[in-house]
Amino acid sequence: MLTKRIIPCLDVKDGRVVKGVKFQGLRDAGSPVELAKAYEEQGADELVLLDVSATPEGRNTALKTVEMVRSVLSIPLTVGGGIRTAQDAQNLLEAGADKVGINTAAVKDPELIGVIARRFGRQCTVLAVDAKRVGAKKWQVVVLSGKNDTGLDVIDWIKSACERGAGEILLTCWDRDGTREGYDLELIQAAAAAVNVPIIASGGVDNPQHLLEGVKVGADAVLAASIFHYGEYSVGEVKRFLKSEGVEVRL
Amino acid sequence: MKDVLVLKTGIANLASIVAGLRRAGARAYFSDDPDEIHAAAHVVLPGVGAFKAGMDVLAQSRLIEPLKKRFAENKATLAVCLGLQLLCSESEEDPGIAGLGLIDQKVRRFPDTLRVPQLGWNMVKPVAESEMLSPGYAYFANSFRLIEKPSGWMAAFADYGGSFVAAMERGSWLACQFHPELSGPWGAKLIGRWLQKENASC
Repeated sequence: MLTKRIIPCLDVKDGRVVKGVKFQGLRDAGSPVELAKAYEEQGADELVLLDVSATPEGRNTALKTVEMVRSVLSIPLTVGGGIRTAQDAQNLLEAGADKVGINTAAVKDPELIGVIARRFGRQCTVLAVDAKRVGAKKWQVVVLSGKNDTGLDVIDWIKSACERGAGEILLTCWDRDGTREGYDLELIQAAAAAVNVPIIASGGVDNPQHLLEGVKVGADAVLAASIFHYGEYSVGEVKRFLKSEGVEVRL
Repeated sequence: MKDVLVLKTGIANLASIVAGLRRAGARAYFSDDPDEIHAAAHVVLPGVGAFKAGMDVLAQSRLIEPLKKRFAENKATLAVCLGLQLLCSESEEDPGIAGLGLIDQKVRRFPDTLRVPQLGWNMVKPVAESEMLSPGYAYFANSFRLIEKPSGWMAAFADYGGSFVAAMERGSWLACQFHPELSGPWGAKLIGRWLQKENASC
């Protein structure tokens, strides 16, 4: 039986993990390589690395970071952030990413989804969506860290993205990100019902109960950053908790 | 340290397989030369991309015959993901396109009632007499799969909306629907056991 995936997320800027890391037992807590190794040892099923650099130099550093992380990592690696063209995607895949996450560029040019999917396969094409709640069971796609509304309805957008070739949806509850209030469960549920590609739930996690809630409403994978970086919970602890609640996980 | 020839398919993303081989104690090099591919001690047939694109690359580079010869001569070969599917006669992914035909079966798509692609870790259960395959969790990323055990091979199965072929071995050949290079220490050990397979005398 296919297990539910637990995915720590590393936000990387200029080669360093940002978003405040206070992880215990590491010589260098801000190093993506050290964190990646530690998470794999704890039993992470996959890693997501988001490049939040804003400069061309930062992007080149990200490629080197991906290469270094790949050399120590024997689980899948998804890389997102700043992918504008199929060539950007190819550079990351050649550096060692297994999947690429596209977000803003796909909104600007939805064709890009199909181009990447045809060239590298659906299983490698992840659509990242930041969803902002705008009403009862209504969400809108936001880009550029939420600064810009796009007018796109989230559910319509992910349906059309899947038709174009997206093989997985990384769905971030934008209103919840950083709030520690847990996922927007209605959003996860609506997305899981709308498409049949896997859904990764993201945004707002404070504790293992939140991850359990995400799985229960239909997420195939659950992503979190702070709760792991701060050493509040190890990936292993989270998985044992989920297992005790009847969720199939790889232990 | 063993040298392993990784077939250059022109389809990107070989970094993980190179890193996986290195962890298992081997050094990867790339080639699409038919003679080298026939002669090499260990060859990896990697697999990312679509069935037709994969067969086109093999045909254009004249690699179909060298691979068939390796099979006939039981030379150590590892086929990964699409690589496994290319061994079959055909696939629902690209109807009418002939595969290598080493396995007389058709690759079929997972039903739409499931989340497709299958992305994630699934339990692999080999038959008791397996030499390389052992039980454990492996990482899958596939929309198509083989359902029945091919004759002449020892298979391992996993379950996703029903049983499917997770991997199979035959002599020095190992074909994995999952990605051993992304399946943690369990996958590294499997690659290690395959590397121990010497070419059978023939």
